Amino acid sequence: MKQNIQLPEGSLEKQTTTLNLGPTHPATHGVFQNILEMDGERIIDAVPTIGFIHRAFEKIAERRAYYQITPLTDRLNYCSSPINNMGWHMTVEKLIGAKLPKRVEYLRVITMELSRIADHLVCNSVIGVDTGAFTGFIYVFEFREKIYEIFEEVCGSRLTTNIGRIGGFERNFSDLAFQRINAFLKEFPKAMKEFETLFNRNRIFMERTMGVGGIDADRALNYGFTGPNLRAAGIDYDVRVAHPYSSYEDFDFTVPIGTTGDVYDRYLVRNEEIWQSLSIIQQAMDKIKDLDPTVFHADIPDFYLPEKADVYSKMEALIYHFKIVMGETEVPVGEVYHSVEGGNGELGFYLLSDGGRTPYRLHFRRPCFIYYQAYPEIVKGMMLSDAVITMSSLNLIAGEIDA
Amino acid sequence: MTNEEIKQKLIDKFGELVYHFEEPYGMLTFETETNNNLKVMTFLNDDSDLEFTYLNDLTAVHYPDNKGKELAVVYMLQNIKKSIRIRLKVFTDIEKPDVFTASNLFSTANWLEREAYDFFGVNFVGHPNLIRIMNVDEMDYHPLRKEYALEEQTRTDKDDDMFGR
Repeated sequence: MKQNIQLPEGSLEKQTTTLNLGPTHPATHGVFQNILEMDGERIIDAVPTIGFIHRAFEKIAERRAYYQITPLTDRLNYCSSPINNMGWHMTVEKLIGAKLPKRVEYLRVITMELSRIADHLVCNSVIGVDTGAFTGFIYVFEFREKIYEIFEEVCGSRLTTNIGRIGGFERNFSDLAFQRINAFLKEFPKAMKEFETLFNRNRIFMERTMGVGGIDADRALNYGFTGPNLRAAGIDYDVRVAHPYSSYEDFDFTVPIGTTGDVYDRYLVRNEEIWQSLSIIQQAMDKIKDLDPTVFHADIPDFYLPEKADVYSKMEALIYHFKIVMGETEVPVGEVYHSVEGGNGELGFYLLSDGGRTPYRLHFRRPCFIYYQAYPEIVKGMMLSDAVITMSSLNLIAGEIDA
Repeated sequence: MTNEEIKQKLIDKFGELVYHFEEPYGMLTFETETNNNLKVMTFLNDDSDLEFTYLNDLTAVHYPDNKGKELAVVYMLQNIKKSIRIRLKVFTDIEKPDVFTASNLFSTANWLEREAYDFFGVNFVGHPNLIRIMNVDEMDYHPLRKEYALEEQTRTDKDDDMFGR
């Protein structure tokens, strides 16, 4: 990138100034860097630099058995880790050809939609923080805490959950978990409406965000956008509808679409997706009532650990347990690609297996990495504070950019 | 539009240059010659029936045992309107891994090709800015190739004299 570019006559300065919106900065939510060439307050050029949190997941995955890769996927989009975990489990289940019982799929849908709500709550409230409105952020995080408590009841951890196993869940959802989900479904709509009255028709917020950071639908498709950013630009593409997985076709939900793709549209699209996710969770809770409540995993003894009592008394259970923990189960040779609708778009897993205990090659198709390329084009000619809001509305999560 | 129809259109247009058609887990996968990759992708992009106008993913794989064709570049294209995905592979020699860049056709390919260059050493001919993207600039090898171990054997900062490594 050319530094200290000579500016034409009539500009505020003679040369551009180089500003380092560096990796550690309170406004960039995550570790990534932007080197900006500025004319006064306007941005002439931007060069993003990434790789500050690169943890070599793709190389590590070549040395780990299939069930050991789940904690790596947690740390991709760490605001919504259950979605990443479920996506990985579904990829392996597609490779081995496992079919899951309906109750497991509905429980997975509940988990994924809860984490999608958590992710969108972070993004929307942080757009507010970047415009100066701190109250919404603090208020809405109480409900993010309630979602964390639900995850803690199911799997033990809050943020990087490692939830579920290949073939289902590690334990059945307890009564306390269902109580907490029902309490959340009852209390959250009221709080969400208060959050909306703070922002949706707030004059200052609308003037700061409308017309800022827009992108055309054609450029967005060419850049490989997916998820709420693409839907705000007007393209109707949602992986849950286009390539349904985990029984999403049984649910009735709409996919919100925007028009101009600016910050306000992205905010509204995510807002509406939170309401749609609430409706999906309610439908799933109703559907589960009629199903056998003791089922929480598929019957695949080659991949799903047997009950501990059986391991200590039966021979086959002991052998399966040993083979699974050592990672010596036979996996079919093949290449599979599976994608899920993550908080930011199509999170894909390209898995090449050569029949050994570890993958031959695992590649994560990370939506944040792909659409961060468009940032210089969106930001050219904007003021610095608008560029900061654009960055936070794109919901860039450093863990997913670098992997 | 079924995988059979796509395969037939490709064979009608390119004949012998596209081969090894497979359908692992329902996704049509095929290979083509190394210098033919742009022509195939442009055809898939421009054809009014096929309309594969979206590049979903671009990655590389290292097969050290295929002499002469060690590095594979895998493209995944998608038809957004009809929700169909296909996969295209090109193989190239590790001694001279030149592949034409797709970044003029799809802007997505810009960083994805930089990532493939950084980790595998594939040289994308015509790329506007082919430099390392995630690793440090001083690194002089391509880490995801199979000959490199997970951790650098010569590092000394984690050696512990009291408790061992």
